[in-house]
Amino acid sequence: MSLVRVALAGEGGQGVQSVAEILAEAAYNENKQAIYIPNFGLEQRGGVSIAFIQVSDERIGAPKFNKADVVIAMSERAVGRTAGYSDSNTLFVYDDGFNVDAEELPAEAKQIIGLPAVNTANEELHPRVFNVIIMGAVIGLTNMVTFEAAKNALVNKLGHKFENNPDLRELNFKALEIGKRMAEEALREGVAK
Amino acid sequence: MITPAVPKSWYLPTKPHKFCPGCGHGIVLKALGEVIDELEIQDQTIFGCDIGCSLLSWDFFACDSTQTHHGRTIPVMVGIKRSRPELITIGYMGDGGGYSIGSQHLLNSAVRNEKVTLILVNNTNYGMTGGQMAPTTLPGQKTETSPYGRDPETTGYPTKGPEFLAEVTSEGAYVARATVSKYKQLKRFLKNALRNQIEGNGFSFVEVLSTCPTNWRTNAQQTWHFLEDEMEPYFPVGELKSPFSKGGDK
Amino acid sequence: MLKVVDETKKAFLTGNETIAWAALAAGADIMFGYPITPQNEVMHYWTRLAPRYGREFLQTEDEISAGFTVCGAVQAGKKAFTATAGPGNVLMQEPFGMAEAMRLPLFAIIQQRGGPSSGTVIYSQQEVALTTYGGNGEGYRIVYSSASHQEIYDYTIKGFNMAWKYRWPTFLLGDGYQAKMREPLEMYDPEEKGIKIEPTYPLVGLPGKIGEDREPQHLCNIYSLEEELYDVVMKLSAEYESIAPEIIEWQEHHCEDADIIILTHGIVSRAADDAVKALRAQGIKAGYFRPITLRPYPAQQLRDAIAKSGAKTLLVAESSYGQFERLTKQEIYGETIKMEHLYMPGVGIIDYDIISKVKSVL
Repeated sequence: MSLVRVALAGEGGQGVQSVAEILAEAAYNENKQAIYIPNFGLEQRGGVSIAFIQVSDERIGAPKFNKADVVIAMSERAVGRTAGYSDSNTLFVYDDGFNVDAEELPAEAKQIIGLPAVNTANEELHPRVFNVIIMGAVIGLTNMVTFEAAKNALVNKLGHKFENNPDLRELNFKALEIGKRMAEEALREGVAK
Repeated sequence: MITPAVPKSWYLPTKPHKFCPGCGHGIVLKALGEVIDELEIQDQTIFGCDIGCSLLSWDFFACDSTQTHHGRTIPVMVGIKRSRPELITIGYMGDGGGYSIGSQHLLNSAVRNEKVTLILVNNTNYGMTGGQMAPTTLPGQKTETSPYGRDPETTGYPTKGPEFLAEVTSEGAYVARATVSKYKQLKRFLKNALRNQIEGNGFSFVEVLSTCPTNWRTNAQQTWHFLEDEMEPYFPVGELKSPFSKGGDK
Repeated sequence: MLKVVDETKKAFLTGNETIAWAALAAGADIMFGYPITPQNEVMHYWTRLAPRYGREFLQTEDEISAGFTVCGAVQAGKKAFTATAGPGNVLMQEPFGMAEAMRLPLFAIIQQRGGPSSGTVIYSQQEVALTTYGGNGEGYRIVYSSASHQEIYDYTIKGFNMAWKYRWPTFLLGDGYQAKMREPLEMYDPEEKGIKIEPTYPLVGLPGKIGEDREPQHLCNIYSLEEELYDVVMKLSAEYESIAPEIIEWQEHHCEDADIIILTHGIVSRAADDAVKALRAQGIKAGYFRPITLRPYPAQQLRDAIAKSGAKTLLVAESSYGQFERLTKQEIYGETIKMEHLYMPGVGIIDYDIISKVKSVL
């Protein structure tokens, strides 16, 4: 697998950094090279939080990057904040329920994808698993880790919660699955257009 | 001819010592030497000295000794004591080192109840650097940087170290103020401060009121007068905090 | 002593966590620290792990105290260390100076953040001048600039060893990226790998009865006469210079036929490495040179690389405004190679930045 670069951004408390950490851990567990670096400026307190993830079969260079293969903006504010990481090779993802002005979206992108993640989480699953849907979407868009590896990494991170509440396990796996499918469908539609 | 008794823990090749005539440091260090002898701790004592006149004591004792920076003897002693609790650590400093540039170390080591013994010699000025105003300079006292006399309106009042340390330390701490004019009491307080560390009770601190005729520009009589009649009323001598019951300090 | 790493194993850690593990594996006895971003997690992991292995920690009142408590602990013969960044590194120059003067085996981790002043808490390479030549002295220090978590692990262990072997204050110069990012590395027990752990010994608090078994130790740190200090400094200088060749480390590749040599240190060298590969693929003869030790600096090795390549240009890329270039210039004075630079103070540098710069100067 050649290098995949993902920038994930959202509000503090949305679990941006957790998702990034789990994804990076999953890649590491599949014997890939992986680097995850949080944007840990003062804005981690009450601002947009960004995570930079890189996964590759080969040694990875600089920990940050200017342009990502996939950008996911998990909040309205995050859209404008991350538009600069997009160029003509980038899949730029945001929630289609966001109220975003057209000029805030990136000027350049391979495809701009609006996913109904918030709505799906709220109505079909649980608001809490919004970030797991996003995690599934990253996998659907990049195949940077296998679905199984992602599930295992989720269990590693949330295992103690799953033990107390087995339904939570199924809920998370379902969210991961839905996120992945959502992203795959969006990619097919993009090609069809 | 009568030869004055010299403490066994003094390092003889460096005697006579290098302090100015009439300086109180020699008296403090004599009392400390006798206490080290009486407690039989010479071999496990680490003597740390500050910068300022106290630096001249770096080779004063036949004890392992280390010289640090202005105000930094306390953390060096804390580092030694924390890593080798079996050693007896004595930090020796002046009022500038302890109450001004190193005051954060003094306050925080006291609050943490660090099991070190600190001796602070208060002579109301920065002696080594030529007699500038110190935190302990008395109101109206003339120094090189308060040539018209210290004005409390603009420079505050003299620091009362033992008083604030008695407030911030917890149980087990020993805090006292002695004076070179009362030798037996000085020795008793120093001994208590070291016993307190040996017994592992806590932080130990003795401020010693001392003389600086060189920078005070005083003769023998005026020196003694300043110590007893100016300093001692402002800085009351005594034990402010002690884990030892009365009479336990014999 | 309880073994820290039983067998060599892979791990996926942040750099700060890596430091805590490596310090344990190196046999560090005690850490003194004061909170400052981005090194906080070194303390966080150390305070969680240390009690399991009977190691100690003290949170001091400030960085001055953290540095001086380390000075005290190593005088007492214990393997002690601290970690800091930015303004904390400024405050620690005072104890670092004492460690130079008294030859104390102090080991410190510096995780560079943006400056001047409070700057950012994120990343930079702006503590090069401070860490190599800070203080009122002559820069008698050993400074390793790491570029990966594996190196953080390796050079933390080595840093303790060098400090105790040569008795100069020794530093691992990292940065906020290395502190916070996660990447894979291999953890090992140093002795299993054949790395000898240097023994520690006290300067004060020695065994034996004074006057009978031994003389008292009097450690001096201030001198009365100019000539006295002159003798001390000349001796320190001679000793530092004599051991420098044993300490110097560097990396180079593709310099043999390079038209342009890219000179970087620390994490920026990862971008340089990628840039050289990409430029070579485009037919541009770029070479890679990276000092691992910034003090002592691999000056002769860099001169040799310039000479053998016949390169016309030396491009210095750094996340600071010329600190690394100035350090380099003083070391290779007299070379006539043209120098170009890419200064990105407080900002990460990626291969693209270097490639663009190379193309603009060739």
